[in-house]
Amino acid sequence: MPVEKFYYDNKIVKSFAYATVFWGIIGMTVGLLAALQLVFPWFNLNMAATTFGRVRPVHTNAVIFAFVGNGIFTGVYYSLQRLCKARMFSDRLSWIHFWVWQSIIVAAAVTLLAGFTTGKEYAELEWPIDILITLVWVVFGINMFGTIIKRRERHLYVAIWFFIGTWVTVAMLHIVNSVELPISFMKSYSWYAGVQDALVQWWYGHNAVAFFLTTPYLGIMYYFVPKAANRPVYSYRLSIIHFWALIFLYIWAGPHHLLYTALPDWAQSLGTVFSLMLILPSWGGMLNGLLTLRGAWDKVREEPVLKFFVVALTCYGMSTFEGPILSLKNVNAISHFTDWTVAHVHVGALGWNGFLTFGMLYWLIPRIFKTELHSKKLAGTHFWIGTLGIIIYAIPMYWAGFEHALMMKDMTPEGNTANQFVTMTKAIWPLHLFRAVGGVLYLSGVFIMLYNFTKTIKKGSFMANEESSAPALEKVYVPTHKSHWHSWIERKPLKMLVLSLIVVAIGGIIELVPTFLIKSNVPTLSSVKPYTPLELEGRDIYIREGCYNCHSQMVRPFRSEVARYGEYSKAGEYVYDHPFQWGSKRTGPDLSREGTARLKRGNDWHYLHFWNPRDMSAGSIMPRYTWLFSRNIDTGMIPKKIRAMRTLGVPYPKGYDQEAVKDLLIQANGIRVDLKTGPSKITIEPTKEVLALIAYLQRLGKDVETAVKSGATTTPNK
Amino acid sequence: MSVIIILLLASIVVAGGFLFAFLWSVKNGQYDDEESPPIRMLFDDQPVITDSQS
Repeated sequence: MPVEKFYYDNKIVKSFAYATVFWGIIGMTVGLLAALQLVFPWFNLNMAATTFGRVRPVHTNAVIFAFVGNGIFTGVYYSLQRLCKARMFSDRLSWIHFWVWQSIIVAAAVTLLAGFTTGKEYAELEWPIDILITLVWVVFGINMFGTIIKRRERHLYVAIWFFIGTWVTVAMLHIVNSVELPISFMKSYSWYAGVQDALVQWWYGHNAVAFFLTTPYLGIMYYFVPKAANRPVYSYRLSIIHFWALIFLYIWAGPHHLLYTALPDWAQSLGTVFSLMLILPSWGGMLNGLLTLRGAWDKVREEPVLKFFVVALTCYGMSTFEGPILSLKNVNAISHFTDWTVAHVHVGALGWNGFLTFGMLYWLIPRIFKTELHSKKLAGTHFWIGTLGIIIYAIPMYWAGFEHALMMKDMTPEGNTANQFVTMTKAIWPLHLFRAVGGVLYLSGVFIMLYNFTKTIKKGSFMANEESSAPALEKVYVPTHKSHWHSWIERKPLKMLVLSLIVVAIGGIIELVPTFLIKSNVPTLSSVKPYTPLELEGRDIYIREGCYNCHSQMVRPFRSEVARYGEYSKAGEYVYDHPFQWGSKRTGPDLSREGTARLKRGNDWHYLHFWNPRDMSAGSIMPRYTWLFSRNIDTGMIPKKIRAMRTLGVPYPKGYDQEAVKDLLIQANGIRVDLKTGPSKITIEPTKEVLALIAYLQRLGKDVETAVKSGATTTPNK
Repeated sequence: MSVIIILLLASIVVAGGFLFAFLWSVKNGQYDDEESPPIRMLFDDQPVITDSQS
């Protein structure tokens, strides 16, 4: 076979690497802003766009899909070309991929800050952006599989398998979780409701961690760690075994995000079992990475790249040990809804993803610029300040998590909850301040890296097309001993993977979703009725302002929670919730029993509380929502919303869309009159958004209260 | 909880796809040699000539 000459495309790698650093700084800065908002509420700047409920999704989306996303593409475009001994399949596709991905990020930031959100964590982007993501993912897939097909190296190195696994699974997750009914250009309702929506969302959410933050980074690890240490991976066999084990186990672990919720018990247990098993393949990868450095620890002392990799792998090991532990119901009872989860994900994000990215960039940038790193010493400084940042971030968060959980569960001898919610907020306030300090340290490390790279790039000369040569792949004919009926499909694994995906997409979405979901077999409570138009509008405002980022709507069946909030949550009460709003963190109290007689506060209390929470509850860190008092309810959308809900199976009477606005105004006027005649003598027009949100909050839990009164359901622990 | 059927179906189809990929990779002889691939990947990185096509 003649040796062929070809060129690796370094320009696309460089662009993705620059984007990684750029979006890393943006995403982490926004994270720092969010951290400060939890300490000093005035950091919300009293503007809708800069309020925590909108800033936090920008932070999570930016670090996951912009920083880590571009990090993945940097690693894939660099390593795949070299592992396949081929240039990327198509330069045009590479650049479409690059620019569309960056525009998605910009669109995401703008729309999230403007309040366009689906209200589903880590999948907040509205439907037009969802479609764009799907398209660009297909472009990436064609480019990647095209490169694999035209490779000059028969063996697929294990990293490539991790990239393939990532592509296939992320495509499926994104499509299934994004089934939504658009009602306007930037508004849609999740097709799933309540407990079903929650299950799909966390099946997606967990696997986003698995297949966006883990498998592609393991692929990157398997390329860059051996390269940087200049020794082969400790056990190639282990890498293959743990890849296949990871792929088959990860997909079933999602329900561990819903332990003790209204999700059926068997589904919770399924999630726990698979989560526990996951420790084996996870640690297989961690040990394989660390042991690759055996006999090279002297290099670790010298080489900042390896230092970053060691901490990254250690953090991966810690968070994948912690993950299964957190999936145990008794541990989850403590950790869920607290800062423990926040600590857990940041050990993974800052340690594993962040440090692996930094190590990769420190290795790769000097290479494509044909030079040495400007300063190893500065890279070392980055390493230490970053590590310190992780520690100062994580320890206070663990502490805050425990303290919050313990105070939450603390009861007086009389059997009442011992602590007001705001007491707990005040107790963990200093710990949140420390977390922000940790964030500042970590972020300043990134700026040191930026400076170091600027210097390195200045003295280097960029090699846009790197020459290499290899013989073309020989076509080998593998004689099939016995030709099975399925042998044609096995000979074409790529076709098979693509076919599977199409089957899932078409079969699942077109046929199954509407059939199964509209007539849901979730046990219904006869007292649970659809929201009134005003409440529905209030719910949409609740979603728009991202209230779910701080407030749960899920009372777990614990003595302490039932004593604090009331009746524990049932699957049947969420059947009209498109999307579900259970939340995953209680920075503020649970709201699902807000309208019940026990917790009920007057309309005027809510009114004044939205104006300035600290007037009503000293020590509260909730932002002010002053724009709700001047913005008018968009009544023009109401008929559309009612019709959409009817399509999704919410039993509004036929033709109700035409009467809905009238009902909305009557209900809003009722609240207006109540505010006017109440003790505070408040005057407000009946069309203001705050009234809708008040109406929604006053509704929460009322239907269940009726069910309890009529004896349809019982409280545990009696 | 009917949605679990969709999730199961989606997961199983993808898992089935991976199973095929796994069977293919074994049959294809991808894992016959566990010694040279991890070493080979260390040596494919020497730029032969400097920038000639930028």
